[in-house]
Amino acid sequence: MNAAMHHGDAVSSLTNYVFPNDLHVHWSLMIVLYPYITGIVAGAFIVSSLYHVFGIKALRPISRYSLIFALAFLACATWPLLLHLGHPERSFSMFLTPNPQSAMAGFGFIYTAYLILLVHEILFIYRPTMVGFWHASSGLKRKFYAFLAFFNDNLSKDALALDNKIISFLAGLGIPMACVLHGYVGFIFGGVKANPLWATPLMPVIFLLSACVSGIAGIVLTYVIIMKFKGKPVDMDCIRTSLKFLWGFFILDFVFEMLEVFSHAYMATHHWHVLENLYWGPLYTTFWVLQVRIFSVIPFILLGILCLFKLKDRIVLFFAPIVSLMILIQVLLMRWNVVIGGQLMSNSTRGQVSFVPHWEGREGIIAAIIVMTAPWVILFILSKIFPLWLEDEPTEQQLSEASAST
Amino acid sequence: MVDIEKEIRKDRRKFIKNVLSGTIAGSLLLVIPLRATEYIEQIPGMKDDDNTFTDKNFVFIVDITVCIGCGSCCIADKAEYKVPDGYYRTWVERYIVDIHDGVYVDSPDGGLGGYTKAREGLPHPIRDTFFVPKLCNMCKKPSCVQVCPVGATYQTKDNFVLVDNTRCVGCSYCVQACPYSIRFINPVSHTAEKCTWCYHRVRKGLLPACVTVCPTGARKFGDLDDPDSEVAQLLRAPHVISVLKPDMGNEPELHYLGLRREVV
Repeated sequence: MNAAMHHGDAVSSLTNYVFPNDLHVHWSLMIVLYPYITGIVAGAFIVSSLYHVFGIKALRPISRYSLIFALAFLACATWPLLLHLGHPERSFSMFLTPNPQSAMAGFGFIYTAYLILLVHEILFIYRPTMVGFWHASSGLKRKFYAFLAFFNDNLSKDALALDNKIISFLAGLGIPMACVLHGYVGFIFGGVKANPLWATPLMPVIFLLSACVSGIAGIVLTYVIIMKFKGKPVDMDCIRTSLKFLWGFFILDFVFEMLEVFSHAYMATHHWHVLENLYWGPLYTTFWVLQVRIFSVIPFILLGILCLFKLKDRIVLFFAPIVSLMILIQVLLMRWNVVIGGQLMSNSTRGQVSFVPHWEGREGIIAAIIVMTAPWVILFILSKIFPLWLEDEPTEQQLSEASAST
Repeated sequence: MVDIEKEIRKDRRKFIKNVLSGTIAGSLLLVIPLRATEYIEQIPGMKDDDNTFTDKNFVFIVDITVCIGCGSCCIADKAEYKVPDGYYRTWVERYIVDIHDGVYVDSPDGGLGGYTKAREGLPHPIRDTFFVPKLCNMCKKPSCVQVCPVGATYQTKDNFVLVDNTRCVGCSYCVQACPYSIRFINPVSHTAEKCTWCYHRVRKGLLPACVTVCPTGARKFGDLDDPDSEVAQLLRAPHVISVLKPDMGNEPELHYLGLRREVV
């Protein structure tokens, strides 16, 4: 079978017979990144909600950072999709003439609604801070901060109480919306009945749980790194609590991932021999070796030890970023194994293909690196507007002085 | 005595005259619009049907018991649609069953070159060989139409599933959703493409290109509601007849005569 080229990716038939059109992997790196990025967004939002809605006070130091972190990634969530589309200039049709039957048509609406909610929650949370900046600055900057504070510098007790009500409402509404955003992304795959790897009702659940896991891991990793970089102390209570949540969600995530494979194997329908050849064929290394053995089992044990035993702070601080990074890699591998893996078996049920991403091209590795770098640049810019850490904020005294001067 | 010189001059004059008149007549043919070429209607009642959708119930039948794997259908299809190399709107598969029931399937280049040579390197003696042409199943419940986010893929009332490539965003969701792997993203237009059962020909009363060129009549197309049509008579007779992947629930309008259990 000849090697076929598509999106700069070389694919060739590995065994027996592959339908001629199945030699192309149409959903490649960008579609791997799309659920990865939206997952990180949903997970980071959950971290902030644990504080704002569920009152987990230990997470206070990262409650604001996680929201800005979520926004930075959400700002880039559509990039991989636009890079993937054959006609990105027509993408607006999904809003104008959506097909209500299509699982994909809803993404634009869900994404926009979630973006609006997230931006508003951030603005209400940061309103006192923005008011402080507004009064402390002049010219264009002053107008900009006033705009971010809804042109309202009323910081009275009543006004702040109303703000808090709005924040609680938005954070509360945000939890189901974050779940919908990512559960829905799982359904985009889970609803494809032609593909036995994807077509399982567990798919949205696994996507959602891995989203929570990747979001928490991303926050823990970057919180520790940023604090080390800034030479500031890490809040150990916050880290320990985050690791507990990370472990909890990861237990569910990993168990469901394994249950899915086990259910397929146990029921052994006619689909199983296709999946079996896939899992022990082209997916062996990325699934069994990397995703399961190295990046699931090791962090699973490490997290267990970190959470169950009373370890010294510096040991926790040493392992927390390592385990978080491993989990971030695990989730990326999971996205790869689902998105790419599902396309490595032919609908002929008789053969598999291999896939090697290319460096160049709209969907190549370089483009993927740029897409994954962009949220960090955006996060840096956002951090210049919204202080990520509570201690960077103007004190209450400064604020009251500012409000008294107006 | 014949004056040879005179005769040659006469011939030369005649030759130049013929060339000139031929050139002028030819040029005039290019400028003056002529009536559309008359052709014989292959599907009764289609030529003058100007309705958006016809009231026909079109079905396609592939008789795998008579397909000889010549690849004519694939060549006709590639020529009709200028299908890029490596992508297939239709293809022909070769099935080989050995004496131990081992099944070997191949379709080199989609069967475009015809199966002129026996497959080599098989471990056991061959018991049986047959060919299976594949094309769009035109499902009654098409997955591709369901998943298209912008409605660029749609279903007509006369059983066609078509793609509007001026609306297609090229997301490939339909490619993933098709259980039969009929679709692909055209590398030139960056839009989804698939077999249309030659909708443009059918609307003019012509049979699909592949049906027209098939030397053994393995590909059949027609109106199921016309009791005199070959497809109606075949589908209502007690043949071994089935569709591909019936458990998908897509209810294809492409039927296979003599379908074997080895075929997926």
